[in-house]
Amino acid sequence: MRFLSPNSFCLFALPFTVAFLGLLALLASPPASCAQENPYIVAYDHNLEEPGSLEVEYFSTFGTQRGGPDFHAYWAELEYGATAWWTTELYFDGQTTFGDSTVFTGYRWENRVRPLKNEHLINPVFYVEFENTNGADKILKEVEGHDVEADSAVPNAVARQERTREMEFKLILSSNYKGWNFTENTIATKNLSNEPWEFGYAVGASRPLAMKGATHRCNFCRQHFVAGVELYGGLGDRYSFGLRDTSHYLGAGLAWNLPSGWTFRTEPTFGLNDNSHQFPLRWGVSREFSGFGSMVNGLLKGRQE
Amino acid sequence: MSLCQFVLAGLLLFGGVVATAGTQEPPRRSGQESVYDELKKAPDKYSGKTNPLANDADAAAAGGVLFEEHCEECHGREGMGGKKAPSLRAGEVQNAAPGAIFWILTNGVVRKRMPVWSKLPEPERWQLVSYIKSLGAASTRALQPSKP
Repeated sequence: MRFLSPNSFCLFALPFTVAFLGLLALLASPPASCAQENPYIVAYDHNLEEPGSLEVEYFSTFGTQRGGPDFHAYWAELEYGATAWWTTELYFDGQTTFGDSTVFTGYRWENRVRPLKNEHLINPVFYVEFENTNGADKILKEVEGHDVEADSAVPNAVARQERTREMEFKLILSSNYKGWNFTENTIATKNLSNEPWEFGYAVGASRPLAMKGATHRCNFCRQHFVAGVELYGGLGDRYSFGLRDTSHYLGAGLAWNLPSGWTFRTEPTFGLNDNSHQFPLRWGVSREFSGFGSMVNGLLKGRQE
Repeated sequence: MSLCQFVLAGLLLFGGVVATAGTQEPPRRSGQESVYDELKKAPDKYSGKTNPLANDADAAAAGGVLFEEHCEECHGREGMGGKKAPSLRAGEVQNAAPGAIFWILTNGVVRKRMPVWSKLPEPERWQLVSYIKSLGAASTRALQPSKP
């Protein structure tokens, strides 16, 4: 395994160090709040972050690779509820390709806005993301265009030379019905270097294992577990729209929402065609801190809220 | 622009959003009154609904646990009210129809920082309604959720 150069190590370590120190600092300050997260890793639903709450998240994907070494891709995520109708998130991505190297692959800034005031049968959310990544990015946060398994077989030293600056747009249509959540995401991505629009999709369904809350605080009560499935893949680009030369995945996920504010998620995923990674195994851990905005407000004003 | 500068710019941008949103003033008294007014906007379809868990002896206790987990941060301990959200012991809430409280929980008041709680299953929202309605009548000791 080759080691990182000092400069690339700095680039790789900086965001993860910031996220890790932020997490440690926060552990001792604002109160944790029990999250009620769905198990989706790729699909989004219409449930936004509570206003003033910060969620610090870490996700991992262990990916199998034909024609090359397997890899472990990961990202750190800071998700903040700016208002009850606007959530903003910052991601830092990295990956380790076994027998090759470890590289920082870029960052993303996404925003989700809920345009309608009330809850409806189908609830739209607009999603806008700017991403600045390189060709070695393997987190599979979304699959779009003609993304296929062979793209990930390129050695890191070559792949990271390719710069990708993209705007990504999603229309999220999501419903909560009798305890179930159903969501459908339509994805359109535009590489800012004059490449065609690319398209993708993600759909999901999930449900808590129990509909009623328990009469005492507990970690293992069934209502804290949410099970679900998600299906996602690419739909080609503007000039070759469709399923040809695209990859598709089906994942079965479970989220465990602890009353202490921690959430653990896992999702074994299966590639559905020859262009897909055969078995990406995904998991993540997150913690929600309510009152983070008030704490920042207090710090800026020199007083404790 | 180097990647390092991009990363720092991203962090500053995100920090700016947090700081800007974080400096929003919590609702003032008049704002709280207008939040109470939202209860009156509940459609008849909702305000006419009866709580299906009204006869469930455990509903208020379970609602108390849910309240502690999801609502106490803003509405204060046992719904006494806080800097961010109004008291739930006020007459406007205690005299409101259970269905109207359920409607607020389901829809939130997103323009006034009250989140949407439709992600909680319906029975859990009704358990919260049971707890909130019990705040005005029962003693606070009886409302303490039982600890394991």
